[in-house]
Amino acid sequence: MADASVSEAKGGPMLAADGTPLKKSLSRALRRQKMRALALIAPLLVFVLLTFVLPIGDMLLRSIKNDIVAETLPATVVELADWDPEAEALPGDDVWMAFYVDMWFASERKEHTRLGTRLNYEQTGVSSLFRKTGRRVDRFDTDVYADQFVALDAAWENPATFASLLDSDAADALPVTADAWARWKDFNEEEGDKVLEEDVPDFLYTALYHDLSKAPQVSGPALSAAAAAVPGFETVSLPEQFEDADEDWMDPEVWKTIQLYSPRVTSGYFANAADMQLTPEGIQQRPENEQIYGTLFKRTLFMSLMITGSCILLAYPVAWLLANLPMRVANLLMILVLLPFWTSLLVRTSAWKVMLQQQGVINDVLVWLGLVADDARLTMINNQFGTIVAMTHILLPFMILPMYSVMQTIPPTYLRAAKSLGATNWTAFWRVYFPQSVPGIGAGSILVFILAIGYYITPEIVGGNTGTFISNRIAYHISSSLNWGLAAALGTILLVVVLVLYWAYDKIVGIDNVKLG
Amino acid sequence: MSDLSVNKGQPNMSGFVVPVVGGLGLILGFLTGNVVGAPLVGLLLGAVIGAVLAVVLNRMVPNKAMGRWAVILGFAVIGFLFGGLGGAVGGALIGAIISWFAYWIGRGTYRKSVPIYYTRGQTLWWNSFLFVCGAIFVFLITPILVVLPLSFNAEDFFTFTPEMLRLDPEGYSLKHYRDFFQTDDWQLALKNSLVIAPIATIISVSLGTLAAIGLSQSHVPFRRPIMAILISPMIVPLIISATGMFFFYSTLGNFLEGSLGMSKSLVGYIKVILAHAVLGIPFVIITVTATLVGFDRSLTRAAANMGADPVTTFFRVQMPLILPGVISGGLFAFITSFDEVVVVLFVGSAAQKTLPWQMFIGLREQISPTILAVATILVVISIGLLATVELLRRRSERLRGMSPG
Repeated sequence: MADASVSEAKGGPMLAADGTPLKKSLSRALRRQKMRALALIAPLLVFVLLTFVLPIGDMLLRSIKNDIVAETLPATVVELADWDPEAEALPGDDVWMAFYVDMWFASERKEHTRLGTRLNYEQTGVSSLFRKTGRRVDRFDTDVYADQFVALDAAWENPATFASLLDSDAADALPVTADAWARWKDFNEEEGDKVLEEDVPDFLYTALYHDLSKAPQVSGPALSAAAAAVPGFETVSLPEQFEDADEDWMDPEVWKTIQLYSPRVTSGYFANAADMQLTPEGIQQRPENEQIYGTLFKRTLFMSLMITGSCILLAYPVAWLLANLPMRVANLLMILVLLPFWTSLLVRTSAWKVMLQQQGVINDVLVWLGLVADDARLTMINNQFGTIVAMTHILLPFMILPMYSVMQTIPPTYLRAAKSLGATNWTAFWRVYFPQSVPGIGAGSILVFILAIGYYITPEIVGGNTGTFISNRIAYHISSSLNWGLAAALGTILLVVVLVLYWAYDKIVGIDNVKLG
Repeated sequence: MSDLSVNKGQPNMSGFVVPVVGGLGLILGFLTGNVVGAPLVGLLLGAVIGAVLAVVLNRMVPNKAMGRWAVILGFAVIGFLFGGLGGAVGGALIGAIISWFAYWIGRGTYRKSVPIYYTRGQTLWWNSFLFVCGAIFVFLITPILVVLPLSFNAEDFFTFTPEMLRLDPEGYSLKHYRDFFQTDDWQLALKNSLVIAPIATIISVSLGTLAAIGLSQSHVPFRRPIMAILISPMIVPLIISATGMFFFYSTLGNFLEGSLGMSKSLVGYIKVILAHAVLGIPFVIITVTATLVGFDRSLTRAAANMGADPVTTFFRVQMPLILPGVISGGLFAFITSFDEVVVVLFVGSAAQKTLPWQMFIGLREQISPTILAVATILVVISIGLLATVELLRRRSERLRGMSPG
């Protein structure tokens, strides 16, 4: 201290005990404090980012990711890019050739069924189309080409001929064959086979014929001879082969779908989630009778609002009573609120099943009292009513607790003051008490609404067909229909809604002010 | 303002007490009559009995306890004659209600809880308000109470059997509890729950407490965004967390199995535990930061002043004081994991089936009252947890009350 005051007296900066300027020393201490705080937070932050934020980010990506077409049919996707879907004509020979090679590999790797399932989401029937074709593609009549090439020159039977030919510059003249050869080599490597010991597959001859039929500039004796002989070859029509496997290949719609879902990023899942569909003409509304998600989102919102509303109605008087009773009694009554809060969700859901079902407690009591005929028992479960009642009960503590903590802070003298100034009971409540309790209502409502909108278990058990939420649909797509992209898109939409509400909650209440118990 | 007269004497017998109690008798009589099949007779009889009781009890039986017991016993005997043991219980219930009501109205007890200057309308309003609140409390607690007797059902039904209603011992049994303790499925589920929940709790409590201490320091950069991220597992709907985790954790699982050569079941447990730990973290953060708000900083400075290093200060000074908050945060995290279905359904495999999962399957597919036996056990556990949290909260308040500032 003495040093500092001395140096100040001299007009220099104030110094700390170790002689450094005080300002610098303080800022260093502050920095160290910040670093220490961050170091304490860091492990958890990293943990949450890795195990929670990253998975959700992964889900968001999945809702637009669409690698499967481009990965399973790489050559077709390239060829199909030039096809004009408006022309209502089938794609040209190049596409069929590429598709033949792609399908051959896909069926060998058993990937065609996955692709079929994927495209089936967009156009029904594609799944069986791919499955059927996958079985047939190995047995196409393309051995005609193999026989003719071998008859022309026995060297064509030897894989080494292809190897020497296609690993050289000559490959430039034979693009399709070269590409097919490269994939054939990779495929054998994957399988652990030696490409030179395997028989040359039919599709390579077909590809060679396809390339040569375009009369490219070729060199080398064998190839020149083949190029000269090709125009006289007996031909096999690939479209006909595919038509043989399944006549749906003659339908341009199938090709439109493949072309539409070729890109690696698609808005198709989101379009589906919004009851729209991707068409060559752009995104279009689905026909009226296929719009399920709009109805489901509306229903989810409506029921969440109903639940929030009934929670407000039931929670307000209780919270008021708890806040105004003597502490000892209030604590005792609080147990009645906290016990459901602490009880397992499934216990409460099963309890409501016991209460509401047709042979359940409420119906039994009503029948016993003679208020309801035995053969006209009320249907209170497996519909919206059941879901709303059960979820109101389950979420009620989440409304009471924030309301209670706000109402506790409102001085009772305000009400008395208002009344002594001449306000009626209603005016005193409505103009003085109620406005002060609004923050509690807001906090509770947002909390309940956020929890309600994403509920899964209770609607699944007591909701039946009409009382289910969007989350049940998400679960269905994850575990039953396996349309994960659509599930991710639906989840993303729901997440956006919730995050907006979360942001509002943070602005209105502040996350720090969330209280439990 | 003619109502302003102070009303503290006995209520008017013929003009008020008799009609009101008679009215309740009317309603109860109608309900009882309906059971027997003669609602009109019950209606009239109930009104008469109610009116008579109102007069008799208030005028001739000054001893309230005696009067009430007499009515309850009388009604129980009548009920027994008509409907056996079940009827006796019903009768006793009706007797208890009507005798309480008769004294409550007749003696003016209903004015006890309102200020003396309240008008009749205000008194009526206040009492109906209390009744409404009572009804809401009943709504809150009934479903939980209904489960308890049903779990002792001797039949495989989800409903009260006639034997149970007659209070016949034949109608009750412990077979669903035996079922729970002897079925492999349920035992595996219980074991899994008891393995997963504590480990997940330990992870979330240890990381969460450290972070909460960090967050409660005075200068934390990016405090709000960090807080928002840490609380987000509680806010993001479970179905979305589950969807995200489903995709991501299957990749993680493949990596752990493929590259590190871990066994399939171990990887399954790791996935579920990590997922549950992250879900429990917001609760730990919230409760521990709330406790730290009341923590007196000068205590750590005093400890440092006396030569304690930060670690000693933490364990000897800070930890004992915030322990109640840490434990109740831990209990919240525990119950979150113990009670969680959606995420484990998506992330886990059949080997990690937990108790709630097994209950969920039971509720959705084959409905067996074993679920209710498990539910009863869980209710007992949650009562225990609630009591612990409540005690800890009181202790924490007491400690805070003693600390200066």
